[in-house]
Amino acid sequence: MALFGSGKARYSTLRPTKTGPNKNTLIPEGLWEKCKKCYGTVYTRQMEENLNVCPRCGYHKPITAQQRIALLSDSGSFQEVDAGLESVDKLKFEGVASYTEKLRANQKKTGMKDAVVCGTVTLNGIRYALAVMDFRFLGASMGSVVGEKITRITELATAEGLPLVIVTASGGARMYEGMLSLMQMAKTSGALKRHAKAGLPYITILTHPTYAGVTASFASLGDLTLAEPGAMIGFAGPRVIRDTAQAKLPEGFQTAEFLLEKGMIDRIVARKNLAHELALCLEYFTSGCKVQDGSK
Amino acid sequence: MAEFILEFEKPVSELEKKIQEWLRISKDNDLNVDDELKLLTQKLEQTKKDIYENLTPWQRVQLARHPKRPYTLDYINMICTDFMEFHGDRRYRDDAAIVGGFAKLDGQPLMVIGTQKGRNTKENVMRNFGCPHPEGYRKALRLMQVADRAGIPIVCFIDTPGAFPGVASEERHIGEAIAVNLREMFDLSVPILAVVIGEGGSGGALGIGVGNKILIMENAYYSVITPEGCAAILWDDRSFSAQAAAALKLSARDLVELKIVDDIIPEPLGGAHRDFDAAAGGVKTTIAKHLVELSAMSPEALKEQRYEKFRHIGAFKDGK
Ligand SMILES: [Zn+2]
Repeated sequence: MALFGSGKARYSTLRPTKTGPNKNTLIPEGLWEKCKKCYGTVYTRQMEENLNVCPRCGYHKPITAQQRIALLSDSGSFQEVDAGLESVDKLKFEGVASYTEKLRANQKKTGMKDAVVCGTVTLNGIRYALAVMDFRFLGASMGSVVGEKITRITELATAEGLPLVIVTASGGARMYEGMLSLMQMAKTSGALKRHAKAGLPYITILTHPTYAGVTASFASLGDLTLAEPGAMIGFAGPRVIRDTAQAKLPEGFQTAEFLLEKGMIDRIVARKNLAHELALCLEYFTSGCKVQDGSK
Repeated sequence: MAEFILEFEKPVSELEKKIQEWLRISKDNDLNVDDELKLLTQKLEQTKKDIYENLTPWQRVQLARHPKRPYTLDYINMICTDFMEFHGDRRYRDDAAIVGGFAKLDGQPLMVIGTQKGRNTKENVMRNFGCPHPEGYRKALRLMQVADRAGIPIVCFIDTPGAFPGVASEERHIGEAIAVNLREMFDLSVPILAVVIGEGGSGGALGIGVGNKILIMENAYYSVITPEGCAAILWDDRSFSAQAAAALKLSARDLVELKIVDDIIPEPLGGAHRDFDAAAGGVKTTIAKHLVELSAMSPEALKEQRYEKFRHIGAFKDGK
């Protein structure tokens, strides 16, 4: 199992930079970073070795799709599908910036074509279908490409009799594609119905942040729902809810811990245990009944 | 509310007032004002045509939200007989923002379900302005499964600003409630018609919207986000709602072009609120037409067609 931080890691969070010392902190960029939660300074290398979890406070920093795939698969087992799918500006969206420009900028920033990566992998030798959303790409909003790729990987899992795992992170539907994006919620859910009817397991791993159209479709439909500590998960954004209610929100509102207490998720799993626990779940789902008849 | 006139409707209402005035003058003074009336009536018709045949998307959104527009129960009462309302999700409570029950359309048994707005403050407190909580969606699904058991078609009337964004909604998992409806509606063996009669507010609308056909009224809208919400995000200014409404392609004709909506239900000139009977007539005729078509399909074919309808929605290119 390829835990990242091992010598074979296929990615690196921060490229070495040539920028000089940060004027505010006098800490050379790239070597150190500031934790978003506890504001403590942490060695970037230490952060990476710790799976991008703050060693001081346990903050789970969002990671890229590539990093997530490496975390949840046997080294070298990932076979990507539908890598060529790209968004188009069907609505000719007339906003402040053009959708096409937004797409190009995000492709350049991430090296990805859109916000989800799909394929088949093995974990501890168990083959399954995997989709991972990457929040860096336009907030991993769901447009036609995300919806189509999630649907295709679900259909592939159904056809090949594979368990399906989706790692979610999303701000919701992609506004620039209007109703085409809203309808992806139904499309993906329909594919999941067929997968379920084929008797196949579906596990969701909710990561920070998972919201709106993704919460109200495939993120909430797992046979088992796991979440990373501290992940914010919800339908409406906290600001909208605060404005509507004109009241203070409950302590820890919409965190994974809050949702666990409210009965929405099965388990909160720290990143360092995620691969192990996922492998166990897959094993439980795929091993079948092994009770021996002792009388014979 | 005694009167509610939208900004762009003002020329129409002014002419209507003038006509009323002339009628009063003629009555009070026993005068013949036929010539004046004829002229004004002609002008009124022309003004109506000029305004209502060239509505912008934002103006249609305003018509779709018109507080005098017919709501779900108005249509059910106007086009159906023997409506028996059923209540509750069997888990938490009865959500009055969604109504549903058995009804007959020209003798054809149906399960009718719909989001319901209130006509006044008291009603709106009860109906939560047509914004359902999770239990509303769970009740809707329960009733759809009853229809499936009974083997009768389902008609869902959609008119909601959206699912309710509140603490209680989140605590009881509004996202899960909608998601489960989306998944389970694909498994129903009876015809399903989704009819957008006013506001099609995002996921809150789609939560009862997985139909074999999606129909929409001429001045209704269906959108991934409200124009105000979109304007606030993209322009950082809600006063750009008209631009946002145009950009989102949320009106009936745009949605037909995007191959999301299957049919448009015509409204009386000026909007459904100006003539309830004419609006209901259009709704009834269009629903009946599509029910006849769907009733000819087998349960398996209905499921397949529903899957394929949604399966093909989307626009992308494949660079390989
Ligand atoms: Zn920290």
